[in-house]
Amino acid sequence: MGQPGAGTTRRGGQWWRPWMRTKVYMGGSIVVIFAIVGALGPYVAPYDPNHQSLETMLQAPQWFWGAHFLGTDNLGRDILSRIIFGARVSLLIAFAVVFISGFVGVILGATSGYFGGNIDFTIQKFVEVVWAFPPLLLALSIMAFLGQGLGNLILALVAQRWIQYCRVTRGQSLSLKAREFVISAKSLGASDAQIIARHIIPNLIQVSLVIGTFAMASSIISEASLSFLGLGVPPEIPTWGTMLADGRIYISTAWWLALFPGLSIFVTVLGINLLGDALRDVLDPRLKRAGTYI
Amino acid sequence: MGTYLLRRLIGTIPVMVLISLLVFLLIQAAPGDPTLMLLGEDSTQEDIDQATKRWGLDQPIYVQYVKFFMSAVQGDFGRSFKYDEPVLDVIINRIPATLELASASVIIAVIFAIPLGVWAAAKPNSWVDNTGTTFGLFGISMPSFWFGIMLILLFAGILNILPSAGRDTYGISGEPITGFYILDSALQGNWAGVRDGAEHVFLPALALGSNMLGILMRVTRSSVLEVMHEEYVTTARAKGLVERRVLWRHVVSNALIPVITVVGLELGTLLSGSIIVETVFSWPGSGSLLVTALNARDHPLVTGLVLVYTAAFVAINFLIDVLYAIIDPRIRY
Repeated sequence: MGQPGAGTTRRGGQWWRPWMRTKVYMGGSIVVIFAIVGALGPYVAPYDPNHQSLETMLQAPQWFWGAHFLGTDNLGRDILSRIIFGARVSLLIAFAVVFISGFVGVILGATSGYFGGNIDFTIQKFVEVVWAFPPLLLALSIMAFLGQGLGNLILALVAQRWIQYCRVTRGQSLSLKAREFVISAKSLGASDAQIIARHIIPNLIQVSLVIGTFAMASSIISEASLSFLGLGVPPEIPTWGTMLADGRIYISTAWWLALFPGLSIFVTVLGINLLGDALRDVLDPRLKRAGTYI
Repeated sequence: MGTYLLRRLIGTIPVMVLISLLVFLLIQAAPGDPTLMLLGEDSTQEDIDQATKRWGLDQPIYVQYVKFFMSAVQGDFGRSFKYDEPVLDVIINRIPATLELASASVIIAVIFAIPLGVWAAAKPNSWVDNTGTTFGLFGISMPSFWFGIMLILLFAGILNILPSAGRDTYGISGEPITGFYILDSALQGNWAGVRDGAEHVFLPALALGSNMLGILMRVTRSSVLEVMHEEYVTTARAKGLVERRVLWRHVVSNALIPVITVVGLELGTLLSGSIIVETVFSWPGSGSLLVTALNARDHPLVTGLVLVYTAAFVAINFLIDVLYAIIDPRIRY
């Protein structure tokens, strides 16, 4: 870290290993497709995702031969359109969560490692407490007590997700602060805030990028889990999780209700994980041992 | 090591105190008046004032917290609104089911993941390795609840060979002894009960364990690959041991140390995964109880479950540390 030139040439050869290339291409294209479909949402969706119709209730997928490519749900809503709008919601939420978690986590991690002492102790105690909750349980409690809503949902998903950033960047800034360029900046009279913002944080970007990719994948799953339990966004917004919750009820009669939204989650998360794997191998192989991919 | 463990054990106390504080603050932040919720919308102002006094809600917030904390330590989380029983009793009744499901998941994950991981590592970049790694990634990327729904569709819906919900067929299991149905049936020699229990637990356990399976497979693979390059492995080969013996005796036994840690760490994920998988399979454990409590807005029960789950998670993490110190003699504190 810190001197990108030295690192990348040494590992340059790895990048072109066939499996790695496959990972990047597969993961990349999945993510790009879903992102484009999500972004274009209203323009590509064949129907209004909330348009209900008794006449078209529970129709099986008609592929290219009918009006509803992936069929319709119990209220006659077009599944493909709902999946497209779901992509939009899921990706937007995941993006917001990753960005906010990264922002909070990196700043706290950098501050914690750079200052040490009491500041470090306080931040790390807080990290320890929040991390002591089983994954998802804190998010569940926040949603349960504070109520449904987009803001609360993002808060609930950020609640534990900033910690991974904080822990890794703390360790890195501990070693960064002893490096010559930080010491020389200090001797030139730079303030602590300047050093953190100009010299520490830029060196934490690479590692945060890798953590962010995996955080994106886990946010999508957590958001779907919360929505599945009815604790996510309000019911009028179509998401993959709420679609799955409906699909579960009709599983014995209408398999397409549960298959497609779940498949969308699975494929998106798989794509992001593939990208993350490749990114980690290229940027920072040491992370493999830190268990970040879990 | 004794002092280390003692220090570590004492260290969990402030964490638990702070957790209870965080949960308490969350409850306080909940919108809506708790007295109104308990008494009903049509209660008079007099009733409300009386109840506020009786429950000590008119006292300063730190006094309320101390009360909350002291009763929580004694296992008193109040009465459940929904079940009208002490919260702790309701929870304790449901715990064996969750433990049974979790153990079955761990067993399935370990049985498949370790041989697959070792096999993949023994032949790096072969088709075995690539297929195994891909499936590992699938396991990690698949939402367990969706996998569960798909398993129901396939095994209960289409093939119709396994049950899709519950822990047992009514009337098959005998008197409960431990609360673990499979174990109880085995103790009573009720083999039909054992079979029935195993059939019921298989699908949910597979759904819940798929994530752990993927992670364990990957960890085993990378851990075995790493150990393969150790000098003592070269020595073992140099003295003429058969490759299979080198692999299992010298490599795997050493490579399993990080794997055991990951099993421990993943128990926490399993715990929260059980919340949602139990709901999918109508498994009568503490996870589906939490979802029921959430939907019924049964705040005392939710609070109790959150605290019990978190305490279990803290305990698991402590036990991993103990286990780690025991199995790896190289670690000294």
